[in-house]
Amino acid sequence: MSETWIILGATSSMARAFTRAVAARGDGVLLAGRDLDDIAASTADASARGAPLAEAMAFDARDPETFAPIIDRARALDGPVSVAVFVGSMPPQEAIDADPALVDGTITDSYTGPARFLQAIAPLIEERGAGTVVGVGSVAGDRGRIGNYVYGSAKAGFHTYLAGLRNRLGRSGAHVVTVKPGFVDTAMTWGIEGMFLVAHPDKVAADILTAVKRKRNVIYTPFFWLAIMTIIRHIPEPIFKKLSV
Amino acid sequence: MSWKQAEYSGWGRALRASGELARPERARHLAAVMAASPSPAIGNRRSYGDACLNSGGKAVDLTRLDRILGFDEDTGLLDVEAGVGIGALADIFAPRGWLPPVMPGTGYATVGGCIANDVHGKNHHNDGTFGAHVESFTLVTPNGEETVRADDALFGVSVAGLGQTGAIRSARIAMKRAKGDVMIVTERRIADWDEHLALLDASEATYTVGWVDATARGAGLGRGILEEGETGSGLVPRPKGAKSVPLDAPGFALSPPVVRLFNEAYWRRVPGNGRTVVKPINDFFFPLDKIRDWNRLYGKTGFHQFQCVVPLDAAGALRAIMEKITRAGIASPLAVLKRMGPGRAGLMSFPMEGYTLAVDFPNRGRAAELVRSLVRDTADAGGRIYLAKDSLAEPETVAAMYPERAAWAKAVATIDPDGQFETDLTRRLKLRAP
Repeated sequence: MSETWIILGATSSMARAFTRAVAARGDGVLLAGRDLDDIAASTADASARGAPLAEAMAFDARDPETFAPIIDRARALDGPVSVAVFVGSMPPQEAIDADPALVDGTITDSYTGPARFLQAIAPLIEERGAGTVVGVGSVAGDRGRIGNYVYGSAKAGFHTYLAGLRNRLGRSGAHVVTVKPGFVDTAMTWGIEGMFLVAHPDKVAADILTAVKRKRNVIYTPFFWLAIMTIIRHIPEPIFKKLSV
Repeated sequence: MSWKQAEYSGWGRALRASGELARPERARHLAAVMAASPSPAIGNRRSYGDACLNSGGKAVDLTRLDRILGFDEDTGLLDVEAGVGIGALADIFAPRGWLPPVMPGTGYATVGGCIANDVHGKNHHNDGTFGAHVESFTLVTPNGEETVRADDALFGVSVAGLGQTGAIRSARIAMKRAKGDVMIVTERRIADWDEHLALLDASEATYTVGWVDATARGAGLGRGILEEGETGSGLVPRPKGAKSVPLDAPGFALSPPVVRLFNEAYWRRVPGNGRTVVKPINDFFFPLDKIRDWNRLYGKTGFHQFQCVVPLDAAGALRAIMEKITRAGIASPLAVLKRMGPGRAGLMSFPMEGYTLAVDFPNRGRAAELVRSLVRDTADAGGRIYLAKDSLAEPETVAAMYPERAAWAKAVATIDPDGQFETDLTRRLKLRAP
């Protein structure tokens, strides 16, 4: 009876890397996202790499109608159900400044959409008494900064949601891992100025899988972001408000 | 699709480029890039010179299109995206009894690069080049997508076509049966040049390669180690993760005395009467991949690789080339001698039936001058040099080595009349000239 991972936002390069990592250890995958043509290629890849089950599912964080079919599919499978959330969107802050309506979509993609999905699937996870929820947040959620505070605030909300869900699911034998990646070499960061210490998605995926196996609660990946963010979190607000970090 | 300004180089790091790169992650994005700004495709940049460079222009990095799209366990037919590495395919499929049909010296070479350079491997004498095992591929051009099959005229233009007909997005490859996921390797010490060629001629192994000590002169000229491998089943320790070279090494790291000492020890490592050892697949095919970024051992000025092939009856000329290399005394330990079969799948493919020699030289002092004279010697011997390795040859010499070049250029011009897929290599060697 193998474990099945629901991968939300399966087209992202971090999600692809994580899908490969769980496929290689023999877990099944339900790959969920908007671009089903692209996801079809990823399901073939997961099967070839060892996943006993790999299916494409439509998922749109902004369309809750897409949630139930995924949960129903998972319910029909035996074994523990795990969820890894890789969705999120980060429009440039200038774009949001020009069009404040973008706030809603950013928060839906990065926080409320995935939270609503997790809220709906939590009873199934509890029923199975096992499984893991991996929530990918961001170091941007640790402190509001001039460059991307709308995205950051959505991720901060998601972090708090995940902490509460961890508190709840732990009682039934399931576990929640909060992942805070630093800069990762993805399409989102390609060509953005000022990137440093950029990590390969494979490295992030390996760190996440290790955290799942060891039941870690909150991880920074790569690990040195813990040190960077500890410093940033401890800068007193009177000073921080004048910085552009 | 966003573009990123980048400085990049080929594996030899002697030639560099500055230009814009895009890195699409989905087929749709690749099609959009090629429609909006047609540019040459690049992969993991394991060609040594400027085949993967487009200075001042744009290039499309396909390494994120690296998925397996389907595999038939009965026939061994594999569909893959072109950015997947050959080593990754070997890792996944060897335990299931299949290997990529041809594997070049590094597992980081992508499938797209293997087709665009029609690479060869240690089994060339038996199985020909990579292109011979490609059933079809999907080419992305400004006009859309096109599936090219082995019997289409465009096939031999695109295979070894140096990316000049568009981006290869995916391919169907006939994988090769393997008995298991380990290699049974027989290593023999070779005393001199004549014995080296004789043993290469006589080898009946599936995979054969000769390491040659490019510093040994006189009676020891051409001494080396013959390696013959067969796939097999067995248990060997899993290879450890790759070590990496953290920074550019200083100049003395590969200075002549160091190389001579290393080569002596490397040669004596194999007992006088030979030995048979069992190795993981990757250790046999991709020995250098164990040291990630090994090109940094040559320091920041990089290195050149000279690789030529000469016809069987020009073995004497190859011996003279080897003598010239040993007299110069600046070769690195990386030198390989191999017998090639006639197999080639594209108009611009490198192989011909004969002997191929590959030697690395640190890029300093007389190295460039030496390599240029070796290229001329190769032309005089009726041989050719490998464009995937070259950074120093001249247009007239190369034109004489590749008799089908003009026909190839004519066919390419029908697809890319404005030269949008030109690279630093095709410009330097005027490969696209009518």
